[in-house]
Amino acid sequence: MITVENLTKRYPNKTAIDGVSFNVKKGEILGFLGPNGAGKTTTMRIITGYMPATEGTVRVDNFDVFEKPLDVRRRIGYLPENPPLYPDMAIAGYLRFVAKIKGVPKSSLDDEVARVMEKVNITDVKDRIIAKLSKGYKQRVGIAQALLNDPPVLILDEPTIGLDPKQIHEVRELIKELAGSHTVVLSTHILPEVEQTCHRVIIIERGKIIAVDTPQNLRFQLKGVERVSMEIAGPAAEVVSRLKAMPGVLEVRVVDETDGRCRFQVEGELKKDIRSDLARAVVESGWGLLELQSETMSLEDIFLKLTTAEDLEKQS
Amino acid sequence: MRNILAIVERELRGYFISPIAYVVLTMFVFLSGLFFRAILSQVMAMEMVNSMRSQQFGGGAPAPLDMPGMISRGFLSTMSVILLFMIPMITMGLFSEEKKRGTIELLLTAPITDAQVVLGKFFAAASFFVILLLSTWVPMSVLYIYGDPASGPILSGYLGLLLYGFALLAIGMFISTLTENQIVAAVLSFGTIMVLWLVDVLANTAESGTREVLTYLSILSHLDDFMRGILATSHIIFYLSLMLVALFLTYRSIDSLRWRG
Repeated sequence: MITVENLTKRYPNKTAIDGVSFNVKKGEILGFLGPNGAGKTTTMRIITGYMPATEGTVRVDNFDVFEKPLDVRRRIGYLPENPPLYPDMAIAGYLRFVAKIKGVPKSSLDDEVARVMEKVNITDVKDRIIAKLSKGYKQRVGIAQALLNDPPVLILDEPTIGLDPKQIHEVRELIKELAGSHTVVLSTHILPEVEQTCHRVIIIERGKIIAVDTPQNLRFQLKGVERVSMEIAGPAAEVVSRLKAMPGVLEVRVVDETDGRCRFQVEGELKKDIRSDLARAVVESGWGLLELQSETMSLEDIFLKLTTAEDLEKQS
Repeated sequence: MRNILAIVERELRGYFISPIAYVVLTMFVFLSGLFFRAILSQVMAMEMVNSMRSQQFGGGAPAPLDMPGMISRGFLSTMSVILLFMIPMITMGLFSEEKKRGTIELLLTAPITDAQVVLGKFFAAASFFVILLLSTWVPMSVLYIYGDPASGPILSGYLGLLLYGFALLAIGMFISTLTENQIVAAVLSFGTIMVLWLVDVLANTAESGTREVLTYLSILSHLDDFMRGILATSHIIFYLSLMLVALFLTYRSIDSLRWRG
């Protein structure tokens, strides 16, 4: 549904994102995880056509965002980092305005506004002036606005920020409910959020994608797994069984296989450096060790940053 | 068209929800009434001097002054100056507030074109300006009740003010795209309009070559003919082209806003 290729955004003094590529399948919920300033918002703004990329392409439903901006925007519901609200308007009036510029036909305008208000539970406050709403309600009006005209793709930048735990739960349930019929990309810097809502997670830091995986796998890593990536010239099946038999090794996966050279991902117990053992085993078996790289350290670093960021938020 | 109307509607609502519309309207009605009265007394004094002079020096009946014409001309010219102060108030928030509130992100990611956004905003400001001009029907009706003014110069005077206002509104709107602060936008617009006005003063002391150029650039000099009841294409083109250039600059400025992020 969304194809992002080699996306780069450079400012005169800073590169916001650098060569970001990923795909989002139809009906999938993709989480963007990263500390503040990592490039989440920039990536989302480029997908929605708010700003053009310096390099790279974005296609939504096979429409290029730069060449066919209106076709792309018609398919996207977007909740920016700060909900784009007119403080002096009433909720219902505001949603009617957004519905109009999103091209909702006049005949179904009232129904559509009523539908999204029902979805995010704001029907009982629909005549309140937005300026007088609490942050949680404002956020919900922002989500309602994104849902108008039922776009197939939803881009939600920090959808649960500023909400209380009950509202956070409601929004997460809403997002899960939308999955399947909608493709959702959401960003967050809160780890449990992606675990609970997303099918797949992209971890981004300093404008670069560091990891793409399911939350389960990421959680596994977080719990403490040493992951080593190896490239070996040798028979794949034999290598797997040999390495698996080693003490401290939990899992061996073949990632890639091309004419006799294989890339493996080996997971070992935490705090147990298995790299030298692995290297010895490979050499002793007579295979060629082409590459051996520890992946876990960098990921752990990121998670450390992410979790401390969350802890700091909880304290404040 | 529907998209443009949606924006016009929201913007006009915005004017009348905030105090700005009421403050500007009240000030304008108050000032226009005040100046109308001042101009009225001034013209009546002139008429008195005129008739006294002819009595003193004899020579039969005095040449009558065109009192309603003088009043309406004076009044419409004064309006052009008052509007100079009002227009920045109308345009200051058009884009600066959108940027500050973050709602610009909504407008620029909705399935509407940038041109529709710019035109919607402009039509809203222009509509409010027309409402402002229409409020002068009160002093004008006084002229029609107690005198018999020639309607030609009055109508052409209003047309002149309309074109003049549209050009200045477009300039003010362009300037409001440059900042997030509506006070800054108002002051910058006011300064720009002042420069375009005072160019006329500079022209008086300039050499003959530059003098023509400066006089041509002056936004007020083009109004004179309209006030006299002359519809000259060159003046109409001047205001329209000023407006179109400012609209185009607004459009380009929105585009560069996207690039700068």
